[in-house]
Amino acid sequence: MMKNLLAKGYLWLLLALLYSPILIIMIFSFTEAKVLGNWTGFSFDLYSSLFSGGMHHSLTNALINTFVIALIAASVSTMLGSIAAIGIYNLKSRTRATMNFVNNIPIMNPDIITGVSLFLLFVSFGISQGFTTVVLAHISFCTPYVVLSVMPRLKKMNPNIYEAALDLGATPFQALRKVILPEILPGMISGFILAFTLSIDDFAVTIFTIGNEGLETLSTYIYADARKGGLTPELRPLSTIIFVTVLVLLIVINRRAEKQKQEK
Amino acid sequence: MQQTNFIIEVQNVSKYFGEKVALDNINLSVKKGEFVTILGPSGCGKTTLLRLIAGFQTASEGEIRISGQEITQTPPHQRPVNTVFQKYALFPHLNVFDNIAFGLKLKKLPSSIIEKKVKGALKMVGMTDYELRDVDSLSGGQQQRVAIARAIVNNPEVLLLDEPLAALDLKMRKDMQMELKELHKSLGVTFVYVTHDQEEALTLSDTIVVMSEGKIQQIGTPIDIYNEPINAFVADFIGESNILNGVMVKDKLVSFAGQEFECVDEGFGENMPIDVVVRPEDIYIFDPSDAAQLTGKVTSCIFKGVHYEMLVQTTTGYELMVQDYNYFEAGREVGLLVKPFDIHVMKKERTCNTFEGRLVDENHVEFLGQEFECMPVKDIEPGATVKVEVDFGRVILQDNEEDGMLTGDVNFILYKGDHYHLTVRSDWDEDVYVDTNDVWDDGDRVGITIAAEDIRVMQ
Amino acid sequence: MRRRNWSIPYAIFLLVFVVVPLILIVAYAFTDEEGAFTLGNFRKFMMHPEAINTFIYSIGIAMITTILCLVLGYPAAYILSQKQFKTSKTMVVLFILPMWVNILIRTLATVALFDFLKLPLGEGALVFGMVYNFLPFMIYPIYNTLQKMDQSLIEAAQDLGANPMKVFTKVVLPLSMPGIFSGILMVFMPTVSTFAIAELLTMNNIKLFGTTVQENIYNGMWNYGAALSLIMLLLIAIMSLFSNEENNAQNESGGVI
Repeated sequence: MMKNLLAKGYLWLLLALLYSPILIIMIFSFTEAKVLGNWTGFSFDLYSSLFSGGMHHSLTNALINTFVIALIAASVSTMLGSIAAIGIYNLKSRTRATMNFVNNIPIMNPDIITGVSLFLLFVSFGISQGFTTVVLAHISFCTPYVVLSVMPRLKKMNPNIYEAALDLGATPFQALRKVILPEILPGMISGFILAFTLSIDDFAVTIFTIGNEGLETLSTYIYADARKGGLTPELRPLSTIIFVTVLVLLIVINRRAEKQKQEK
Repeated sequence: MQQTNFIIEVQNVSKYFGEKVALDNINLSVKKGEFVTILGPSGCGKTTLLRLIAGFQTASEGEIRISGQEITQTPPHQRPVNTVFQKYALFPHLNVFDNIAFGLKLKKLPSSIIEKKVKGALKMVGMTDYELRDVDSLSGGQQQRVAIARAIVNNPEVLLLDEPLAALDLKMRKDMQMELKELHKSLGVTFVYVTHDQEEALTLSDTIVVMSEGKIQQIGTPIDIYNEPINAFVADFIGESNILNGVMVKDKLVSFAGQEFECVDEGFGENMPIDVVVRPEDIYIFDPSDAAQLTGKVTSCIFKGVHYEMLVQTTTGYELMVQDYNYFEAGREVGLLVKPFDIHVMKKERTCNTFEGRLVDENHVEFLGQEFECMPVKDIEPGATVKVEVDFGRVILQDNEEDGMLTGDVNFILYKGDHYHLTVRSDWDEDVYVDTNDVWDDGDRVGITIAAEDIRVMQ
Repeated sequence: MRRRNWSIPYAIFLLVFVVVPLILIVAYAFTDEEGAFTLGNFRKFMMHPEAINTFIYSIGIAMITTILCLVLGYPAAYILSQKQFKTSKTMVVLFILPMWVNILIRTLATVALFDFLKLPLGEGALVFGMVYNFLPFMIYPIYNTLQKMDQSLIEAAQDLGANPMKVFTKVVLPLSMPGIFSGILMVFMPTVSTFAIAELLTMNNIKLFGTTVQENIYNGMWNYGAALSLIMLLLIAIMSLFSNEENNAQNESGGVI
C-alpha cells in the first residue's frame, strides 16, 4: 500500500500547488488590508464595499456588462448551435465533415488569433466596436461548443423515434417539439452553461473587440487595473465569488454528465 | 369508385438512391386482414418497401394505394398505418403510458378514453400494470410489447412490422412469434411483416413475398414457396436444399448428379439445361441395394435434435445433403433414392453471362466498363454495340484484386453439389456469374479475369 | 424532409465570423497600408531582431512549460485513471477545475502567491505561472485516453510475462500517445500565443510574442500585426499536424469536463 500512499500524496501535492494561489486570494479577501499579504484581522469589509457601489462604480458596471454579455451570447449560441446541430446531423457525410471542420476552427484557434481576426473583420467593414461586437465575437466562439454538446445527443438518439412520432400522427413540427427537443435538451442545457462560463472567462477575444468607448467587462477591468500596478483590493472577494460560482456550475454540469452516463 | 378487396396495392414501384436501384418495379397486392411477410436477405430492399408504405420515404416511380386511396406522396402522419420498429424506437423521455398515448393525445381524444384505450392495449400485449414504468427499465421483449401496443392502440388499418423480433434472443423470439400470431387473429388487422428469418416467415405468414436485389422473386403461401420454389435463389433461401445443375432429357425424365431420374415435370423441351431442387428430407437413405438410384459414402453426420443431417458423396462425384431419422455413420456406404414428385425442376434464369458491350476493334471489345482482348471478330463494324457471352466456368477469380482485369465483391454463393455458383457484383455494378471449385466467402473482394478465347462476341 | 437546411444559418454565420476573418488575416498580412501586395511585413519581422528574439524566446518558454507540464501531469493523469489507486471522480474534477477560472485571475493569484512568499517576480514566476495555468490542459487529455484504455490489455500483457516496467513502456505508454500529443498541443498552443500574462508575472520585464502581436494591432499597425498573427498561426498549424487525426476522434466523444 506504500505505492498507493505515494500516488495519493503526489496528487495532493500537485493540487496544493494548483490551488495555493487561489486559496491565498480567498483567505485575503476576508481582511481589509490594501496590500496583499498583510493580515489586519478578519472582516467582510471588502465584500460589502464590493457591493456598495459608489467608489467602485466601474467595477460593478464591468460585472453587470460581463453577465449581460454572457447571458445574451449563451442564449443566442444555444439557439443557433442547437438548430445548427440538427442541420449538420442531417447533412450528407461530405458536407457534414466540412461543417464539422469549420466548426472546430474557433475551438482549435488560439484566442489571440480569434481576437485579431474578428478585430480585422470589424475594422474592415467599418463597424464601430463596442457592446454589439463583443457579443457577436462571444457568440462566434461559444456556438461551436454548443454544437459539440448537442451533437452526441443526436447521435445517440434512435433515428427511428422521429419517424415513430410521424407514424403515430405527429406533424413534422410536433415530432420535433415532442420527441427531438426533449432528447437534445440536456445537451442544450450543458451547452448553455458551457457558453456562459466561456463568455464570462474570456479575456483575449474581448480585448480585441471591445473598442475604446469606455465599455468594460470584468476581464478588461482587471487587466487595466493590474497594468496600473495596484490591484484593487475588492478584486479579491470578486475573484473568490467568481471562483465559487464557476466551481458550483462545473459540479452541476459534471453531475449531469455522470447521470446521463449512468442512464445509458 | 372502384371497390377492391385489396387493402394495399403497390403498382410498378421503383426506388432509386442516387444511381443505386433499391426497388425495381415492385407489384404487390395485400388482402384485408392478411398476414404478409416480406422475406429476403439484408439489402434486398424489403425494409425500403416497408418504409415506402409507411411514408418515411417516397417512391421514385409508381403508385401505392391504401384502401383504394392513392397515398404515394402522403406524409406519414396522414396515413392509416402504424409501424413497429426493429429497435422499438420508444420515446426515452416518456414512460410506458405516455408512449402508448402519444398518438391518441395528438388526436386530442378526451383523457378518459385515452386511458381506457391504453389500458386495453397494454392488456392485449400482456403488460398490464406497467403504465408508469420508465421505458429504459424494461427488457427487450417488454419494450417490443410496448412498441406494439403503441402502434395498435391507434386502430391502424395496416400494421407494419420491421424485423420486430430481430433484437430478441431465440427463446423470446419463439414466444413473441406465437403472441404476434394470436394478436393478428384477435385484431383482424392486416399485418405486413419484414424479416430475413425464413423460419419466422414460414411460421407466421398467410403469404410470403420473397425479395432479392430489389426485385420480388416469388409470392405465395408458405407451402407453395417451400414446395415449389420458383428459382434457385428462393430454393436456397427457404429451408435446406440440394440445388444441382441438370438437363431435362425429355418430358418426365431429368438427368442430374450423373444419373437419370423420372420426374413429373413436362414442357421444358428436350435436352434443356435446368436447375434441380431436392429437399434433404425427400432423399431416402438406406444400405446399398438394387433400389438405390445413387450410391455413395457418408462424409459427415450431425444430430439435429429430431433427425440426423448427413452429407453423402456420391460415386458420380456430387455431394448431397440428406436428412433422416436413422443414423448412418461417416464412412458408411449407402444407397439413395428420390421419388419423382420430390424432384423440383426450375427453369434456369441464364445459362451463361451476357453483357452488352461495344466492339472497339477487331481484337478488342469493351464491356463491364473495361476493354478486353478477344479473338478476332469478323463481320462486325468496330464501334457497333454487341452482345458478349462468357460461360460461368470460364470466369477466373483472383484473391489479389490487383491481378484481375476488374474487381468486384462476392455477393451470393450457391452450392451446386459439385461446385459453387457465385454472383459477383462488379464495381461496374453489373453482376458476373461464376462457377468455381474454390471456396469463397460472402463479401470477399476479388479480381476478375476473362481470357480472350472465352469471350464470345455477337451482333 | 429538408432538416439539413437548418445548418444554413450557421454555415453563413461561420463563413462571416470564422472563415472571412481568417482570410482577412492573410489579406492584411500580405498588403501594405494602401492595400497593395507586399512581403514587407514579413521582411520587417525578419529584419527586426527584437521581434525575432521575442518569437524564439516565446517558443522556448512554451517548450519548457510543455515539458514541465508533461513531466508533472502524466503521473497525475496515470494515477487518476488507474482503478487500483481508487481515486474519486471529484479528484478529477478538482484537477480540471482551474481550467475554467479566468486566466487573469489565475495569473494574479500567482502574483499574489509570489508576493506572499516574498519571492521575486521574473522568469521563475513566469514559468511557474504558465505551468500553473496550463497543467490541467495536459492532465485532462492524457487522463481521458488512459481511462478509455481497455484494462484487460494490461492484464493480457502481464499474462504474457511483462513486468510492470514493460507493461508501462510496451503497452500503456504507446496507447496513451494520442492523449500526450493532444496534451502537448493544448499546452503549447495557448502558452506560445498568450499575451498580457507575462507582463503581470515579470513586472513588465519580459515580453512574449502574443504581446508583440497585441501591441502592434493596438498601435494601428494592422498589417504588421496580421503578419505576426499569421506566423503564429503557421507555427500552431505545424504543431497540430502531428496529432490532428487522433485528436478529432477524442474531441467528438468528449463530454464537458
